[in-house]
Amino acid sequence: MKSFAYERAASPAEAVAAATRAEGAKFIAGGTNLLDLMKLEIEAPTHLIDVNGLAFDKIEATPDGGLRIGALVRNTDLAADERVRRDYPLLSRALLAGASGQLRNKATTAGNLLQRTRCPYFYDTNQPCNKRQPGSGCSAIGGFTRNHAILGTSDACIATHPSDMAVAMRALDATVETLRADGGTRSIPIAEFYRPPGDTPQIETMLMPGELITAVTLPEPVGGRQIYRKVRDRASYAFALVSVGAIVQSDGSGRVALGGVAHKPWRVEAADTALLRGAKAAAAQLLASATPTHQNAFKLPLIERTLSAVLSEARG
Amino acid sequence: MPDQPTMSDVSMLVNGETRKLRLDVRTTLLDALREHLHLTGTKKGCDHGQCGACTVIVAGRRINSCLTLAVMHEGDSVTTIEGLGTPENLHPMQAAFVKHDGYQCGYCTPGQICSAVAMLDEIKAGTPSHVSADLMAQPQLTAMELRERMSGNICRCAAYPNIIDAISEVAGRKT
Ligand SMILES: Cc1cc2nc3c(=O)[nH]c(=O)nc-3n(C[C@H](O)[C@H](O)[C@H](O)COP(=O)(O)OP(=O)(O)OC[C@H]3O[C@@H](n4cnc5c(N)ncnc54)[C@H](O)[C@@H]3O)c2cc1C
Ligand code: SF4
Ligand code: FES
Ligand code: FES
Repeated sequence: MKSFAYERAASPAEAVAAATRAEGAKFIAGGTNLLDLMKLEIEAPTHLIDVNGLAFDKIEATPDGGLRIGALVRNTDLAADERVRRDYPLLSRALLAGASGQLRNKATTAGNLLQRTRCPYFYDTNQPCNKRQPGSGCSAIGGFTRNHAILGTSDACIATHPSDMAVAMRALDATVETLRADGGTRSIPIAEFYRPPGDTPQIETMLMPGELITAVTLPEPVGGRQIYRKVRDRASYAFALVSVGAIVQSDGSGRVALGGVAHKPWRVEAADTALLRGAKAAAAQLLASATPTHQNAFKLPLIERTLSAVLSEARG
Repeated sequence: MPDQPTMSDVSMLVNGETRKLRLDVRTTLLDALREHLHLTGTKKGCDHGQCGACTVIVAGRRINSCLTLAVMHEGDSVTTIEGLGTPENLHPMQAAFVKHDGYQCGYCTPGQICSAVAMLDEIKAGTPSHVSADLMAQPQLTAMELRERMSGNICRCAAYPNIIDAISEVAGRKT
């Protein structure tokens, strides 16, 4: 691990100021992704700003009937919150399907959204990777791609975003709230939060350097049956091959978002509309622009079948 | 600057005792415990959050000590396997692991035991799991629940059935 200067931020203003002052600064929350990558020197911040002392650890009701989830709320606490379990069960389910009990006790809402890909070539510092080292090439293209993206890829990168929580956030239409170094705040709808890889796969979100996530808000509950189905190589403590998060109303209408298929949770308006016509129709819309490789083409039928299972569970 | 180590003071309550250390900020909680405090009960398996051997209890919660920096734990209370019990005075979970043969080589065991102790508190507090059928109900103490909740602790010797027996016995006694 490369050395760095360490400081604890006492206020959000201090955190963003510190992050802008030092080039190569990074915030650290749970540390479960950042430290993993720092040990491998895939991340090498010169300055680590510990945000754990900030008062972003609460879940509060919003005036319009939704919830405001502090950036530092731990994944365990978010999944266990009574309002979340009752009104946004999709979010509890997605969180509980991720990582392990120990990791969820540390992992935060903001850190989870910003966790980086699990592309094995991104992790292998002996291999070219445009995301890790811009311009070096993509080892996945033409390599082992079993768990790579089938949607939204570019010629520079075909990595997936590995978060389960983000899939639920996407289906629930969450908004990311931030604070910028100039003191300005903004709200970024989750639909616009992740950037397509294009030819800059190292830039993954709309956040500006030094911009701090303060909270994630959820609009008022939409009800319905909420189901998160994750398919993985072992029953627990493994990332998704694919996952389906769905909210299905009693009339059969609803929403669906996919995990494990793109650089972001994948949701398509036409697929939501097609849900009324069943899994085949909705999957066709979700996967319309798919560009699978020989090795990950299995994800297409797997998604249709998983969605089909989710819809029959929702009806049952 | 980057290759000059940055040193920092940190004070933690480890197994009930205040311990003050001056550490390179890069030191993980795991390395602080093992290399600096010589509490070698906590084990390093993968050093990347993938095995659970390094599980300790911080402020009442189980975490992977390999994926957190010691300096991030100023003032925190940390319980390791050495703090749970001693050979003369075993914690009930330690005694149950001995009774049920919940190990072979024993390398994963301190992590398993710390994890299991804090995991039962999570169930008591009503924390749901991936296999809980009803998110709104008090979680059940079934083997399926215990297995899912212990999935962050890998045992290379595959002592899993005996580990579940040991935890079940303690859980039965507790509730
Ligand atoms: C073995 C293992 C298995 C896992 N399995 C899964 C899984 O199945 N599903 C899943 O979804 N996840 C999984 N994870 C990933 C885990 O969910 C993430 O590591 C965790 O959510 C990251 O949160 P954190 O708070 O620890 O982030 P950190 O490591 O602290 O930070 C991550 C990034 O977010 C930035 N950041 C943190 N907070 C803020 C903020 N407030 N504002 C701006 N930037 C911020 C940091 O600078 C850093 O770049 C797994 C991890 C491990 C190690
Ligand atoms: S897919 Fe993306 S992350 Fe993986 S090697 Fe290619 S550029 Fe790197
Ligand atoms: S050593 Fe920490 S999880 Fe393996
Ligand atoms: S007893 Fe050997 S690894 Fe578990």
